Amino acid sequence: MKLVDPQQTLPASGARTRIRAARWEDTLFEWVTRGFAFLVLAVLAAILISLVWTGMPSIRAFGWSFLWSDDWDPVRDQYGALIPIYGTLVSSLVALAIALPISFGIAIFLTEMAPVWLKRPMGTAIELLAAIPSIIYGMWGLFSFAPAFSHTVQPFLIQTLGAIPLVGKLFQGPPLGIGLLTAGVILAIMVIPFISSVMRDVFELVPVVLKESAYGLGATTWEVVWKVVLPYTRAGVVGGVMLGLGRALGETMAVTFVIGNTQHLSPSLLAPGNSIASSLANEFAEAVGDLYTSALIELGLLLFVITTIVLAIAKLMLLRMGRSEGKRS
Amino acid sequence: MSHSTVANLSPIGADVRIAIRNLNFYYGRFHALKNVSMNIKSNKVTAFIGPSGCGKSTLLRTFNRLHELYPQNRITGQILLDGVNVLDKKEDPTLLRARVGMVFQKPTPFPMSIYENIAFGVRLYEKLSHAEMDDRVEWALTKAALWSEVKDKLKQSGYGLSGGQQQRLCIARCIAIRPEVILLDEPCSALDPISTAHIEELVHDLKSDYTVVMVTHNMQQAARVSDFTAYMYLGELIEFDETDRIFTKPNQKATEDYITGKFG
Repeated sequence: MKLVDPQQTLPASGARTRIRAARWEDTLFEWVTRGFAFLVLAVLAAILISLVWTGMPSIRAFGWSFLWSDDWDPVRDQYGALIPIYGTLVSSLVALAIALPISFGIAIFLTEMAPVWLKRPMGTAIELLAAIPSIIYGMWGLFSFAPAFSHTVQPFLIQTLGAIPLVGKLFQGPPLGIGLLTAGVILAIMVIPFISSVMRDVFELVPVVLKESAYGLGATTWEVVWKVVLPYTRAGVVGGVMLGLGRALGETMAVTFVIGNTQHLSPSLLAPGNSIASSLANEFAEAVGDLYTSALIELGLLLFVITTIVLAIAKLMLLRMGRSEGKRS
Repeated sequence: MSHSTVANLSPIGADVRIAIRNLNFYYGRFHALKNVSMNIKSNKVTAFIGPSGCGKSTLLRTFNRLHELYPQNRITGQILLDGVNVLDKKEDPTLLRARVGMVFQKPTPFPMSIYENIAFGVRLYEKLSHAEMDDRVEWALTKAALWSEVKDKLKQSGYGLSGGQQQRLCIARCIAIRPEVILLDEPCSALDPISTAHIEELVHDLKSDYTVVMVTHNMQQAARVSDFTAYMYLGELIEFDETDRIFTKPNQKATEDYITGKFG
């Protein structure tokens, strides 16, 4: 910012020193804040570099085949990441598929339909879900949810969806309770508070008069929400969904409890599997040998890359939606 | 109050589009409209004037039952649109809103293209082919005196238009579903003088096809564009008459004080 030379406008020497001091303070303040902001970039770069550096033995040994090999055998020192990658992506997608419609419903109910006396307690209750530590979800998932799930929902899924050709492959095998689907459901419960409270907050930002003008044209609540509120808030909604997805991808404790932790690839969602984060949690302590450790670190690097790709896709989606809505010239 | 009931209320003739009878309105406990009765004539512009909080917007919003969005609001009395009480619970509010359109204080384009802004309301009621929809959009935008300015950028966002253009877009959106009555709630309060002049001209043109009811803070505007004027104060209808009469020799002292600027 360019300022008029204070010495021309303020001849008094007291004012002059005051101005000089203020200028000096501002410069210092600017550099301090700039330093804090760049600190984040520096940390990011440092993490990336150290992951690549320590993962280098594994990257050298297996090359790109690390991505699609399902052979994870510490005894023979052979490592491939397909199973954890598959487990991470599938359990997160299942979580999103369940959590997205439910969170949307919660947010719409809280902003558009709930009576005033219910809004606050209900919103708080949902936010409280986010405050439960993930290990509690894991324990609850393993000891309460999984047994019940294996007795009720899973046999039902096997009998109904499992009989359909193609899709049926996803729902076959014994109802073990633990597995990718269970991990997905637990993750869904964990991300619902994040997604729904972000959605609720952005829905509340929609100007009342905008909604009234849609109602005034004769739109129903559903039409107002779907065609006016949602397009108006889409950046925030996508942000909320990505926040949830990011959390689901990286969630460690709860998933480790219920995903099964086997290095075995199965097309069925009911079968046990593994995720990147739970592989790391389970195996890091017992990893012997440089190659084993560095393979695990490369897994960590992959998780980092996947989350970055998810974020990039979100940004691209927003750009594309903005274009289809029409340019804001 | 003696002057709140309009003593010389004529029977509902053929030229009356909306007849209001003993309307009382409550925001929770607050009594916002007190026993209002009036006849609004077809193909005329009727203006509601009065100081802030007098109930003129409240009255306007009851005509298409927008007050029902808020459950704490309560209403008694009758609003007869072509002889049928629209406040009757049996009457469908969405169909009513197709017949009675509304434009708000601030321009409220929807977050979509100019074309879609118009098509949105039409699609709620009619299934039109692409060509028919194109015609309808052009017709509505022409009617709202906006077509020539936007015909080359129909695919662009409604937010890219100026305030006055946005407000005409909202009027076009309202016209597109072919209502009988158009409600304007201080349509120029957020606009500059040139845009205001555009809208006023438009209101004047619209009355050949529609019954227009508008709320305004601007007395000159009421005098310029309306055929009938209602002066309201503290929830009561103080005086309702032809605009010329209200502005030249009002019956009530209170109306005269407000119009001459002694009060308000």
